[in-house]
Amino acid sequence: MLFKRLLAVIPVVFGVLLLTFLLVHLIPGDPVEVMLGESATSADRTQLRADLGLDQPLPTQFANYLGKLAQGDFGRSIHSHNEISSVLAERIPATAKLALLALAIALLIGLPLGIVAALHHLHWPDRLATLSSLTLSAMPHFWLGPLLMLVFALWLGWLPVSGMESGSSIFLPALTLACGLAAILTRMTRASLLETLNEDFVRTARAKGLPERLVVLRHALNPALLPVVTVIGLQLGSLLAGAVITETVFGWEGIGRLLVESIEKRDYPVTQACVLVIALTYVLVNLLTDLAYGQLDPRVGRGK
Amino acid sequence: MSKAALVILLFWVAAAMAAAWLTPDIIHLDFILCSPNHAHWLGNDDLGRDILARLCAGARVSLTVAATVTLVTFSVGTSVGLVAGYFGGWLDRLLMNITDVFLAFPGILLAIAFAAVLGYGVNNLILALCLTSWVGYARLTRAQTLALRGRQHVLAAQVLGASTPRILLHHLFPLLLAPLLVEATFSIASLIIAEASLSFLGLGIQAPSASWGAMLRDGTRYLLVAPHYVLAVGVSLMSLVLAVNMLGDALRDRLDVRNEC
Repeated sequence: MLFKRLLAVIPVVFGVLLLTFLLVHLIPGDPVEVMLGESATSADRTQLRADLGLDQPLPTQFANYLGKLAQGDFGRSIHSHNEISSVLAERIPATAKLALLALAIALLIGLPLGIVAALHHLHWPDRLATLSSLTLSAMPHFWLGPLLMLVFALWLGWLPVSGMESGSSIFLPALTLACGLAAILTRMTRASLLETLNEDFVRTARAKGLPERLVVLRHALNPALLPVVTVIGLQLGSLLAGAVITETVFGWEGIGRLLVESIEKRDYPVTQACVLVIALTYVLVNLLTDLAYGQLDPRVGRGK
Repeated sequence: MSKAALVILLFWVAAAMAAAWLTPDIIHLDFILCSPNHAHWLGNDDLGRDILARLCAGARVSLTVAATVTLVTFSVGTSVGLVAGYFGGWLDRLLMNITDVFLAFPGILLAIAFAAVLGYGVNNLILALCLTSWVGYARLTRAQTLALRGRQHVLAAQVLGASTPRILLHHLFPLLLAPLLVEATFSIASLIIAEASLSFLGLGIQAPSASWGAMLRDGTRYLLVAPHYVLAVGVSLMSLVLAVNMLGDALRDRLDVRNEC
């Protein structure tokens, strides 16, 4: 099962590499012309074409691309001429910090809210939790971000508006990223716990005369949280995609901001590298989630 | 609840149609960043343009893009799913490997990448969204087709010599329609958000055309002096997305579709 799962990742990773490689070739017209603009001399163009290897046949280009990637070489930025790998190394920690804090906040909000909602099924805490999670899921980051900025930075003055200068700058973007995930976690925890509370073993625990608190904490909660683990894994990748927008809103210098800047400057090698790194991280996180799921739930995988 | 959602949706559809008679591009220099007033009910933007009129024009873009992309991806995705699920074998494996690759890009990332290389403007925006959002339909249709292709009535049709297109369209497709319609409704909501996201990043609709994403970007810039700008656009976007999602929920309950894929 483990081996099979690992094997299944290979074609996906290959496809991701191929698709990101082909991105530059989707540029209508001559990519070199688009990247350099009209003022470039023909010597510059020839130079860049050779640097990017665009003067070679496609399969050779792809092979070279893979070979360089294997050595951790993402090429150079057209704009700043810096090694892309060192730019990435600078930006990735900022995004990782943001995503992990967002995940922590989402767990702190989502899990308790989901549990409370399930335990008060169809009463007002449940309705309130359902309604707020529905509302939050209709609030994309580029609307929630400015709203939180307005309330917490401009009206209340508790947190800095944007940037990365002070230590508390991270809270608003992290909260922005966290809200959508918290909404999903609330819904999932609620649904999963409700289902578990109907299981036979819960009825047995109740019949034994256990207090409801122990029934929930000791018997129902653990199995109920299993599907939530999968959701967290899947959503961690979406956090990275959400970071593209959130980092832009708050001027957070992470990989998402780097992606948007590179698009604005038509610095396509950087764009390519950012897309690739985010997608591969997503694939990796999904794989780890799958594996963790097998470890957590004794019912999964052993028999097969 | 779903009646309220329907009213909100119809309101925005009407607003989008009314946009043809409004003048969202007229600049009133005396009204730059004015808060809501008699002449301009939701206030004015950074060029003194009427925010309400621009919201209507933005709704028009948003709904047109969402509807177009949904029509295209519904047809393409469903066809791919039907073919993959019905024929199975290497074709199925190939097509599903392709969908796996597309699903390996989280959220809107791939659409951003496509929009970035294709260039700006509404046509490329639609193309970028089409390229990335057919996958959901393909997966859903394939899973359902796999489950249905062994049914008696399909076997009967095969034995009676019905052509493959006939079996796919007349014997399988009608049974898939309910879950697909639910999927399509939810996808309209996410397409509205996706269009706004790309326009927010400057990749979609270009100035001076109105779009909700670009308006949110401009509004964020003037958050301190004119909070009404961001609030008006944000609430509009939220109301439309919420309404479509609630209709999706209602449709799912009505059609008794369970969340399977």
